Amino acid sequence: MSAITRDEVAHLARLSRLALADDELDHFAAQLDQIVGAVARVAEVAADDIPPSSHALPLTNVFRPDEVRPCLTPEEALSGAPAVEDDRFRVPRILGEEA
Amino acid sequence: MTLMPYDEALERFEPVLGLETHVELGTASKMFCGCSTTFGAPPNTHVCPVCLALPGSLPVANEKAIESTIRIGLALNCTIATWCRFARKNYFYPDMPKNYQISQYDEPLCTDGYLDVEVDGATVRIGIERVHLEEDTGKSTHVGGATGRIHGADYSIVDYNRAGIPLVEIVTKPIPGTDRMAPEIAKAYVTELREVMRSLGVSDVRMEQGSLRCDVNVSLMPRGSSEWGTRTETKNVNSLRSVERAVRGEIERQAAVLASGGRIIQETRHFHEDTGLTTSGRSKEEAQDYRYFPEPDLLPMAPDPEWVASLKAALPELPTVRRRRLQQEWGVSDLDMAAMHNADAIDLVEATVAAGAPAADARKWWMGELARRANESGAALADLPITPAQVAKVTELVASGALNDKLARQVLEGVLAGEGGPEEVVEKRGLRIVNDEGELAALIDQVLAANADAADKVRSGKIAAVGALVGGVMKASRGKADAGRARELILERLGVQE
Repeated sequence: MSAITRDEVAHLARLSRLALADDELDHFAAQLDQIVGAVARVAEVAADDIPPSSHALPLTNVFRPDEVRPCLTPEEALSGAPAVEDDRFRVPRILGEEA
Repeated sequence: MTLMPYDEALERFEPVLGLETHVELGTASKMFCGCSTTFGAPPNTHVCPVCLALPGSLPVANEKAIESTIRIGLALNCTIATWCRFARKNYFYPDMPKNYQISQYDEPLCTDGYLDVEVDGATVRIGIERVHLEEDTGKSTHVGGATGRIHGADYSIVDYNRAGIPLVEIVTKPIPGTDRMAPEIAKAYVTELREVMRSLGVSDVRMEQGSLRCDVNVSLMPRGSSEWGTRTETKNVNSLRSVERAVRGEIERQAAVLASGGRIIQETRHFHEDTGLTTSGRSKEEAQDYRYFPEPDLLPMAPDPEWVASLKAALPELPTVRRRRLQQEWGVSDLDMAAMHNADAIDLVEATVAAGAPAADARKWWMGELARRANESGAALADLPITPAQVAKVTELVASGALNDKLARQVLEGVLAGEGGPEEVVEKRGLRIVNDEGELAALIDQVLAANADAADKVRSGKIAAVGALVGGVMKASRGKADAGRARELILERLGVQE
């Protein structure tokens, strides 16, 4: 049973801006398929009386009060940036030539 | 771009509207971290490991933002979820450092409400599909290229101060049946929504600063058809007038495309303030696949029904109710009330009345002289450099007989010119009505001597001729005489009784 197709890996790679070669598509399709298969086993043991959940803890309403706390300095904030200009993060062209 | 004239477009097609409005909440701190939300700070000074998505950081939801969203939902007559979650919206774009935005997807906090808006004296009920909470994105500046726009830019620079500010999205249900009133109804809806936000005190809703932003969805269907057409979503609509123009422009554009046998593609379009037209944004090929899933870093929200009930009980008087009450208190017509509403004068008139002015006088000055001045200078009425208390003072000076209307206008002019408060301007410009009897008597002597003919007519019983003499006194005093008293004194002097 193969849940993840090669085309789906190509689609995900494009959304994630990852350049994958043809043999890599096959390679990752098989790996992702195994992961999805492993997770799917949970569904096999889940009975009707177990509601789907997205968290391991049975907690709700964990909030913080609306209070301002100290921020980083711009120097600290930008210290890990590959490129900086005018105290801003500099990023490569967003839309390609075709846009 | 070909456009079909609006009237023809409406003869052939029927528009269906949809409006998505984003409101930045006025909390002190961001949605998921303690960074300040103050507008206009130097770039990247309101950022921390959470809103920069540094490894190991975790978001915690701001309780005030959740409360504000629920209050908005209640004011819009929505059902409040008893249990719901945040969702992760994945997309590859540098305005969010996480590569995703925390939003809500299929479990919004508020659903299924409505907002009544008034257009030309009629009430139109706009259905509300959902109200959900998410975080705002950073601000990109595009460098290089001819236009400073993202298209053709060489690279971009990003300031994340805005990233993570709580943002509420309010989505209407599709609005059919607006017919040719579509532009006006869209504008009236956003205006009313803005007032609801103001009355709740949840946002400063300043469109020019981006704390209220609107996306306009428009589709057309041929007359007689019941199948809705493909819609476009116009972004970048940053003023109330633009909402109206964007709807109108999109109707004219789509009508031309459809009439020439073309097809509307579902796309994002950008509104241009200068031309009133839209241009295509992201194309279909780039349409996003957001891969929403429940946000694993945040726990579900389960608003306590008792808390929600207490928030509902504590809602302030909403704008439509307030306008109805004020209209009754002030005793003005529907038309006058609508005019004040359109001119954004209601708050100002209310504050002027609260400062002691009779409602009729407050309305007269704000909607007359002051509206005219605002119009001349292109300023909003509320931005004129005069306070409601100062306007109330002017009405008081008129009521006490110290000023007449003509002098009062000069006092307002002085206040607007920054010469000080009303009393100061009266003093500096010497504008007080002449009711010193001696001074007035001297002026009357002068005028009677210069107008012997008119004086004779009055003496012989033609009392109507006194008008010219009073006019002479007013002129000689440069408008500062008390006209009523002058008339009495002239008649007395000429020995005539009415």
